[in-house]
Amino acid sequence: MTYFWAAMVFWILAWMINIWIARQNETKILNLFPPILFGVSVMFIWEASVVHFDVSPVILPPPSAIYYKFISSIPILWGDFVQTALKGALSGYFMGCGAAFVVSLIADRFKFFERGVLPIANFLAAMPIIGIAPILVMWYGYGWQSKAAVVAVMVFFPILINTVQGIKMSDKIHRDLMQTYNANYLQTLLKLRLATAMPFIFNGLKICTTLSLIGAIVAEFFGSPIRGMGFRISTEAPRFALDMVWAEITVAAIAGSLFYGGVVLLEKKITFWHPSQRGRA
Amino acid sequence: MNKKLWIGSDNKIVPVICMITFIVIIWYGFSIVLNAPWEFDKAKRSSITLSTTELVSQTWSQKRPKLPAPHQITKEIWDTTVNKKVTSKRSLIYHGLITFYETIYGFAFGTGLGILLSIGIVYNKATAMSVMPWIITSQTIPILAIAPMIVVALGSAGFSGLMPIVIISMYLSFFPVVVGMVKGLKSPEQLEVDLMKTWSASKAQVLFKLRVPKSTPYLFTSLKLGMAASVVGAIVGELPSGGGGGLGFRMLSGSTFGNTLHIWSGLFSAAILAGSLISIIIIIERVVLKRMALET
Repeated sequence: MTYFWAAMVFWILAWMINIWIARQNETKILNLFPPILFGVSVMFIWEASVVHFDVSPVILPPPSAIYYKFISSIPILWGDFVQTALKGALSGYFMGCGAAFVVSLIADRFKFFERGVLPIANFLAAMPIIGIAPILVMWYGYGWQSKAAVVAVMVFFPILINTVQGIKMSDKIHRDLMQTYNANYLQTLLKLRLATAMPFIFNGLKICTTLSLIGAIVAEFFGSPIRGMGFRISTEAPRFALDMVWAEITVAAIAGSLFYGGVVLLEKKITFWHPSQRGRA
Repeated sequence: MNKKLWIGSDNKIVPVICMITFIVIIWYGFSIVLNAPWEFDKAKRSSITLSTTELVSQTWSQKRPKLPAPHQITKEIWDTTVNKKVTSKRSLIYHGLITFYETIYGFAFGTGLGILLSIGIVYNKATAMSVMPWIITSQTIPILAIAPMIVVALGSAGFSGLMPIVIISMYLSFFPVVVGMVKGLKSPEQLEVDLMKTWSASKAQVLFKLRVPKSTPYLFTSLKLGMAASVVGAIVGELPSGGGGGLGFRMLSGSTFGNTLHIWSGLFSAAILAGSLISIIIIIERVVLKRMALET
């Protein structure tokens, strides 16, 4: 009982601190506090409510139980991570992005092809492509190959759309300048148009990091060898081992954030010249 | 029909038709290649040799093909929509309606919540500072992965049926709306906000007469994203729910029993469902933006 009220008091205090911080002048370190305080108080209230209201661990395990499960089953989690995130998602991500990049270069070269492909790609990008998972699992078997195939198809269209749009973004005046330099198609493409397209391409790459993990995990619901994050979630959930499921979600969250962060770092390195990057520094 | 649509450098219809024809031809080709081994196997067992025409016609009419030909899928969809009673569990309309309801409820709740939260974020700096980073982080997390857990946990808590799936669908459509609407509600320039101030407009007036109208284009963009996301949420949510029905359930059972035609027809109906729901939003968007003179 006291535990619960303590969490409530903590939450109100944290909220008041946040209001106070919001009134201060913005500094980088001060801006870090509100989200951290918010996250910590959510954890506290979660833990306290589970204990206070005697919620069955079948419905919602407390964060502490998830933490212990996470610590005690690191080898299993690591195996799942390798199977799903590295073998399935990452390899599919590279294949899909590479294929989309090549197709968008072809589309840029042949305008007729581009005009035919773009509307179809735009349409397909909004479709529930994840539904292709059972078909690809049937074709490529239960191993990581089928997951990589699902991921490749899922990331293909966002990258294609963003790259084609980005390549078009160079200014007429810049292209004219390249022409006065007597640059050929390849030189213009490499030195001007792809460089201008980079922020757009990275936009697509960032969207696709999450998509690739989702694709790999959901594809495992349709059949998988005895490891993998999707496999673990779909077998542990019906057994009501929700602490394991939440540990797996923690892994997914960490993997997703790391993957996203990696692409953002690469973006900062490559598009350092772009206003949105310069402004942040 | 607009003449410019057909002829001219920005004509789209001819290339798109060419592409679709090309895809269909490739598809028929692949369905021969992928289904042929099974036919050869069968012919070998009954020791007959297949002529090319026999081979082609048989690969296009297998009962459980590796890759069904487009006409087989069309026929399967026709059979399971028009020739079956809507209440029958074999009817695609029955499954489609279940997915439709899950999608619509999830979308409605998700959008409503998203808009409310975005107003909170724009008007309360403490909320913005503490919640917004989490919303952005949550975009990098494969949220869909928790779908089966929500279904199981809510099921054991006594909520069964559509409700857990609606919650997943709501959760997925919620984020695009929050992110888009925060951008949209913040889109009025300082000059415009200042003008409202000189008229001594109240906070509610600034919201409804300046920020909300200004955010409409952003709202429609996020609605389209949210609708696509909530269809995906509904389909994935159906996977672990067992006998509930729906297009996702249909695809899963097709995959379990190796009935490829069920998978493909489910996939196409899901695409048709998502496509028509998004088209409705696009039509509303055109009408509304035109009336508001915001059309670009």
